Amino acid sequence: MTAALLAAEGITKRLGEGVTLVSDISLTVTRGEFIAITGPSGSGKSSLLYLLGLLDRPSAGRVLLEGTDTALLSGQDLAALRLARLGFVFQFHFLLPEFSALDNVLIPIRRRGVLKPEAAVARAMALLDALGLADAAAKLPEQLSGGMRQRVAIARALANDPVLLLADEPTGNLDTRNAAAVFDIFARLAAEEGRAVLVVTHDADLARRATRRIHLVDGRIVSDETGMPDMRR
Amino acid sequence: MRLILDLARGMLSRRRRQTLVSVLGVALGVAFFIAIASLMRGFQTYFVQQVIDVQPHIVIKDETRSPLPQAAELATPDGAVAINGVKPRDRVRGIRAPGDKLAMLEAIPGASAAAILTGAALLRYGSRDVTITVTGIEPAAYARVANLQKDMIHGRLEDLRSAANGLIIGQALATRLGVQMGDSVIAVSPRGVSLQMKIVGIFHTGLVTLDQSAGYALLKVNQTLQDRPNVVNQILLRLADVTQAEPLARQIEARFGDRTESWEEQNANILTVFIIQNAIMYSVTGAILLVAAFGIYNIISTVVFEKTRDIAILKSLGFTEGDIQRLFLVQGMIAGLLGAVLGCVLGQLMIEGLGQVRFGTQTPAGTDRFLMAHDWRIFAVASFFAVASAAFAAVIPARRAARLDPVQVVRGAA
Repeated sequence: MTAALLAAEGITKRLGEGVTLVSDISLTVTRGEFIAITGPSGSGKSSLLYLLGLLDRPSAGRVLLEGTDTALLSGQDLAALRLARLGFVFQFHFLLPEFSALDNVLIPIRRRGVLKPEAAVARAMALLDALGLADAAAKLPEQLSGGMRQRVAIARALANDPVLLLADEPTGNLDTRNAAAVFDIFARLAAEEGRAVLVVTHDADLARRATRRIHLVDGRIVSDETGMPDMRR
Repeated sequence: MRLILDLARGMLSRRRRQTLVSVLGVALGVAFFIAIASLMRGFQTYFVQQVIDVQPHIVIKDETRSPLPQAAELATPDGAVAINGVKPRDRVRGIRAPGDKLAMLEAIPGASAAAILTGAALLRYGSRDVTITVTGIEPAAYARVANLQKDMIHGRLEDLRSAANGLIIGQALATRLGVQMGDSVIAVSPRGVSLQMKIVGIFHTGLVTLDQSAGYALLKVNQTLQDRPNVVNQILLRLADVTQAEPLARQIEARFGDRTESWEEQNANILTVFIIQNAIMYSVTGAILLVAAFGIYNIISTVVFEKTRDIAILKSLGFTEGDIQRLFLVQGMIAGLLGAVLGCVLGQLMIEGLGQVRFGTQTPAGTDRFLMAHDWRIFAVASFFAVASAAFAAVIPARRAARLDPVQVVRGAA
């Protein structure tokens, strides 16, 4: 078994008095895993994802990313970690409407500032190309179809080669075909490139394609099964 | 940071019309500031130029700034002394030891000094009487401290020496008396001395008070007329560097004890008006810029409100609060900067336009137009305030943007 990429230790998230979104969850994510988090609405699956993705801080418990206790880090350090190690995809693509697909993918690369401009453009183009978007690079988001936009958003999430990709209902706005395509991409990313992918979805069919399925009810894990992905539609 | 700039530009370019309106607001504020400031500065500079051109820069008078202390006050410095009915001592007025003082003043680098005696006299010609102030001068010395020679329309200052009792008067006075060059008038002083004087020169300064009631004679002649032999009651000083007038005046007064006034003090009433003028100008243009700042606040607030999703995604991508705050501050400053540039152009056009205006009146100073200052510092100040107020206006919405919680936004959008 590979070393833990991400570990949650008894994390709880409360909103004010009496409202508990996530309740005492512990789990470990290793490289190569493609995890689907499912559950009825209000079961806390998105909240769990935000906690694991360092967008939110737990009320209790702690999250360790590659062995680092993130509870001890400042907001700036967390932002730096998100920039370098994590990638997010949301239900809505959230592309900046004023910028072309290429520029959107370039934003996190430029923010990180490790690559030289030419290398950054080359990397962004390679990402778009890998997702079948080479022709769409110069187009504005409004000129793209819903599926293409979501793929651009995935390319942007992968811009800084994250170890962990987190997706919150990434297929919520897509038709079945595009949704399946997105899940194929996730499966490939997890399997081929040795990172981990965490996807929140309410679509049980799609969830079956993941290597591990976590089911939440009322902020608690009720089942956590690992198995070969079910390739049936 | 290039990326922040690119993002800011992209966000602003989407709201072109709104951006244009707020940029125009700033531009108008800047332009009005530049135009009004140039107008006022131009006039004030012209006025000051006239003053320091015509008047002596420092005047030393034969009086003290405060009355001499009484013996009773000196004896009990801490006591509550009230003295009533003091009769001033009847001392001979005039600056003491003027020769020594003149020598000392002339030794100051860049300074020229001239001693004069002023006094009232009644001019009588035919049946007409006019009271004037006669100034007794040494033509050569006086020419170095005051610019009367350039206002002479007949004769020269030096001509005072050519006649026994020469007198130079203003053109308005000459007309009033009905005298011409070479005519003789009777001058009677308050001390009862009466002299027959010959008009050897006529001047026209444009200043009514001077043209109607001033006369110049030789110092010796006026000393005779005033019955104050060997007395001078003012020393006039002209400096190479007028900005030194006030500190130098204070030094001289401390040294000699005579009341010494710089040109600033002598024109304090008008210079005070200038200060009030400037205060009014700055408040008015400040108000325009304030309104412009509200426009910028408005557009940045709108952008922040509309861009909540973009802000959320940027934060989830790893942008810090500082990045986000800078992103919107930069947008405000871009608007401010564009406004400043446009305002400078507009302001220059307004200056050119105002410079074309003619009043069609002949003012004594000989100007019938706005005197515009062309000073890059006015442009710099206006631009600086525009950008600063724009940045200031953007701070509040920028901070709000920075504190936005991405989780809340993403949740709301999902």
